[in-house]
Amino acid sequence: MILSRRWSRVGYVVLALAAFITLAPFVFTFINSIKFYKDITSGTLVFQPTLVNYDRLFFSRQSAFIVNTTNSLVIAVVSTVLVLVIATLGGYSLERFRWPRRFTGILAGWILLFHMIPGVTLVGPFYLLMRSLGLYDRLLGVILSHLVLNLPISLWIVQSFLADLPVELEEAAHIDGASNLGTFLRVVVPLIAPGLAAVAILTFVFSWNEFLFALNLTSTKAATIPVGIAKFAQQYEVRYGEMSAAAFFATLPAVVFLTFAQRQIVKGLTLGALK
Amino acid sequence: MNAPSVKAAFSRRAGPRPQSLREWLDQRFHYWALAPTLVVLLALTIYPLVQLLIMSVSTVSFAEGRVIWRPSGLDNFHTFLADTIFPTAIRNTVLFVIVVVTAEMLLGLILALIASQVKRLTGLLRAVLMIPILVPAIAIGTVWRLLYNFEFGVFNQFLKAFSLPPQNWNGSALLALPSIMVVDIWHWTAFIFLLMLAGIESLPIEPMEAARVDGASDWQLLRHVVLPLLQPTILVTLMFRTIFAFKVFDEVFLLTGGGPGNATEVISLYINRVFFGQSRMGYGALLSIITILLTAVFVILYNRTVRRRSSAA
Repeated sequence: MILSRRWSRVGYVVLALAAFITLAPFVFTFINSIKFYKDITSGTLVFQPTLVNYDRLFFSRQSAFIVNTTNSLVIAVVSTVLVLVIATLGGYSLERFRWPRRFTGILAGWILLFHMIPGVTLVGPFYLLMRSLGLYDRLLGVILSHLVLNLPISLWIVQSFLADLPVELEEAAHIDGASNLGTFLRVVVPLIAPGLAAVAILTFVFSWNEFLFALNLTSTKAATIPVGIAKFAQQYEVRYGEMSAAAFFATLPAVVFLTFAQRQIVKGLTLGALK
Repeated sequence: MNAPSVKAAFSRRAGPRPQSLREWLDQRFHYWALAPTLVVLLALTIYPLVQLLIMSVSTVSFAEGRVIWRPSGLDNFHTFLADTIFPTAIRNTVLFVIVVVTAEMLLGLILALIASQVKRLTGLLRAVLMIPILVPAIAIGTVWRLLYNFEFGVFNQFLKAFSLPPQNWNGSALLALPSIMVVDIWHWTAFIFLLMLAGIESLPIEPMEAARVDGASDWQLLRHVVLPLLQPTILVTLMFRTIFAFKVFDEVFLLTGGGPGNATEVISLYINRVFFGQSRMGYGALLSIITILLTAVFVILYNRTVRRRSSAA
């Protein structure tokens, strides 16, 4: 869009302000995380930096944060791999093969509805289901819930990347005698790799962040970082330093991914929302 | 979606008779490729929903590690009619959604219009603005809990600097809900910004150039060319964000837990407490079904209104 030149100067000021408002709470949290308790509560700007909060967060005997971190990593990685495999295969089948229109219509509508209803409405039955399967407070129970929560958006991303991919390449592979599976693995998957990267990053991040299901499907053994933080905040109302350290630590994956893969994230978020 | 003729090239059901098991399997590739998706959806969305229906007319109790379901007819429904907290939760949630979505849409749109004018630094700026979208909501709740802290939070330090009395941001019935709204607006404005910026960047340039040549001012260009062209994006974003704001849970859980009293009780928080705090699985299921129906009605009404409007225009 082309507006008058003077707007771009106003633009820099406004955007700088927006960036400041966005970053300031994180800076505040990081500074608190390297302060001693007395420096946090006095709100001083001059202080002796310390790593004691991180040390206590990870290594104190009451803290389960290392277990939480391991759980979060395992759950995020495994559910991401599962989502990638299932959504890529499913999206390819739906996008490139002929299915009865009524079937795909109902399926698409169902996926959309499931994506829109509040998660809390399903967390009750999920709890009973995981209990009856013996998966309560097990990593697998949380993994399954994150798998199904992330499936809709992943299918949409895969499908829209496929829709932009000319079908001629696959036809050429078929003419050369490739099987359906061979075409999928050797032609399609490499060509939609950027889309798969978007799926992988978003699924990982959403799983890492997810709180409601992780909270209700675990107690101690399988608790994730958000669950750990929430319990910590309720239990130890005033351990501000460790709370800050935990909150800051939990934001790191987002920052890392934004540094290296901003384009894929933007594309994935846009496709997932505007579908 | 591709045209059916293109798809037909891949539909090899009418292909040659399979020579081996491998070929037979490959001809059915599209079936087993979709199978995992269908299995997951059946087991983890349809099955829970069916259970929800049964639960809503049952009493579910836990004894010695076993789960006992007892049919209870319309008991849960009678509980619902006498429940005064759920209506409060709905009222708070609707108020919350209206305020935060309006603020986020306006701020996000304005920021996107401004950002589209700035040539340099947009990558870095976009990355910075996107951080809240990708950060755990629980971490955001923790961060803001400290910002709102009575003793040393920045808001009260700010008030103190102007010799004003410090406020109990999350603990006062008057301020608690607005405090949470502020957190949500901080959290999600960047998301609207992102979608709007994508929409603006994909607009055709010709109508704007034509308007410029005809001597349109900035305001006229915006009002009569850009916003109408952007309308489809705005409407989809508005619905999407409304639906998601309706789900709000994490930040409220951490900041106020629904209190003080029921001042910040929202639907998700209340249902979660009925399920797990009070172990009333049956009643929670009934509230869940009502919530699902409310969501569905909203989506249908919204789409109908939008369609009527765009056909009238």
